[in-house]
Amino acid sequence: MKCQKCNKPATFHITELAGGKPQELHLCEDHAREYLTSSGGEPAGGGSIAAAFHQQMIQQMAISQTAEELAVLDQQTCPVCGITFFEFRSKGRLGCPHDYECFKAQLEPLILNIHGASEHTGKSPGRCPRGSQNRTRLIRLRREMKEAIEEENYERASELRDEIRRAET
Amino acid sequence: MELNDLTTNSGEWLRGSGPQADIVISSRIRLARNLADYPFISRATQQDRTQVENALRERILSIEASSDLLYVDVDELEGIDRQFLVERHLISREHAESQGARAVAIDGREKFSLMINEEDHLRMQVIQSGLNLDSVWEQVNRIDDLIEEKATYAFHERLGYLTACPTNVGTGMRVSVMLHLPALVLTRQIDKVFRSLQKINLAVRGLYGEGSQAMGDFYQISNQITLGRSEQDLIRQIADIVPVITDYERQARDFLVKESHENLHDRVSRAYGILRTAQTISSEETMHLLSSVRMGVNLGLIPDLEIPAINKLFIHTQPAHLQKLSGTELDSNDRNIERARYLRRYLNKENGADKN
Repeated sequence: MKCQKCNKPATFHITELAGGKPQELHLCEDHAREYLTSSGGEPAGGGSIAAAFHQQMIQQMAISQTAEELAVLDQQTCPVCGITFFEFRSKGRLGCPHDYECFKAQLEPLILNIHGASEHTGKSPGRCPRGSQNRTRLIRLRREMKEAIEEENYERASELRDEIRRAET
Repeated sequence: MELNDLTTNSGEWLRGSGPQADIVISSRIRLARNLADYPFISRATQQDRTQVENALRERILSIEASSDLLYVDVDELEGIDRQFLVERHLISREHAESQGARAVAIDGREKFSLMINEEDHLRMQVIQSGLNLDSVWEQVNRIDDLIEEKATYAFHERLGYLTACPTNVGTGMRVSVMLHLPALVLTRQIDKVFRSLQKINLAVRGLYGEGSQAMGDFYQISNQITLGRSEQDLIRQIADIVPVITDYERQARDFLVKESHENLHDRVSRAYGILRTAQTISSEETMHLLSSVRMGVNLGLIPDLEIPAINKLFIHTQPAHLQKLSGTELDSNDRNIERARYLRRYLNKENGADKN
């Protein structure tokens, strides 16, 4: 049997079920490829996590909040790293471990949607298996020290430096 | 050890050995971790990045203090060397292209690579040839434990390991298996595989990860979910699904051998012929033809070539590798000529003929 579109032998026999009644196609390899790639289907290699994630975000936000509420939530700022929820929403990256606490209300439904679960059941670290929350204080202290230096408030900066040293040990 | 020592070798994962190595190229597991007392990368100052880098470098060098360990300051590398590490699957594209203090530690046999200051402070990966997830997990888990002895990871009692992106929270683990599926592509069944995998929350990507095209009929299958299941469960899910896909690939190969043997043999022989004689050839065409040749070798249609030799060619004909191997910078036209020359020489030597 010859290809319906050229004189090469038909090596692919396709039954098209989409549309009206089933249609049989007999094509050579090149035309079969052309047919199959032009007739849609999901793009190969799809499933980018980032893309899926952004879609989730948009859906999440759309169902649970009005534009006004959203604007308020967007301005919420993490006291430890200084990131706003809006920055997270646009970049898709959090600023520090404390964000998981600080943006808990917004992140919980999102995490549940991504993973279909809300509790870790895997391995725990030997150190701080109960959580490392107390260490996040260091992030805030270092940031405050940097700001104090920028404001040339050296007295405050040196107090902070001592506090950091104590916290680090 | 130095970076250039890697050039002429090929990594452990290209050995072409291990269970199902005709179809399963490699098994890889990566863990994402962050230090508890520094902001994530997006909010880290230059000083934070440097301190994170110092702390992790010290820790890594103290546990793997062999001369075989290569510690590379990625920020200081030339563009071509960064690209080389990406082609080699030792760093991600994101790691190559970002800015600021960052590094990678690699063992001499390229079984593990530890990226510092990528999307997370630490991303550890172990990669091995064939379907070997349990052994890979054992190794990466051990490295994780050793680093954690002296470093406090960001961890949440309920959410697990905390990561810069909530898509990785929990185990911080990505299990990926790279498959070579030329017959499923040829028989147009690959989309069915994709759709079925997506329904069970597994992701499919190309040779170079997220967003990359499925060059050379290579596909990486990996978990999307990282929270709510144990590491063993996540590994089991992939380990159980891979043999199902390889069975389909084998059936498709059988079908091609039975139903259109001449066409298949012709395709494989032509691909081999072009690779051995072309005078200029693009990377895409090379990958496409090598894929046919690789399947031909597996099906016994090309008797004088071995799988490890073909596996190596997929990587050595990439742009940065070609330039490193030839020792000069080449523009795209010159690369195509150099690639053809490299292939002619390599393939004609492999099969015993000496003329070009």
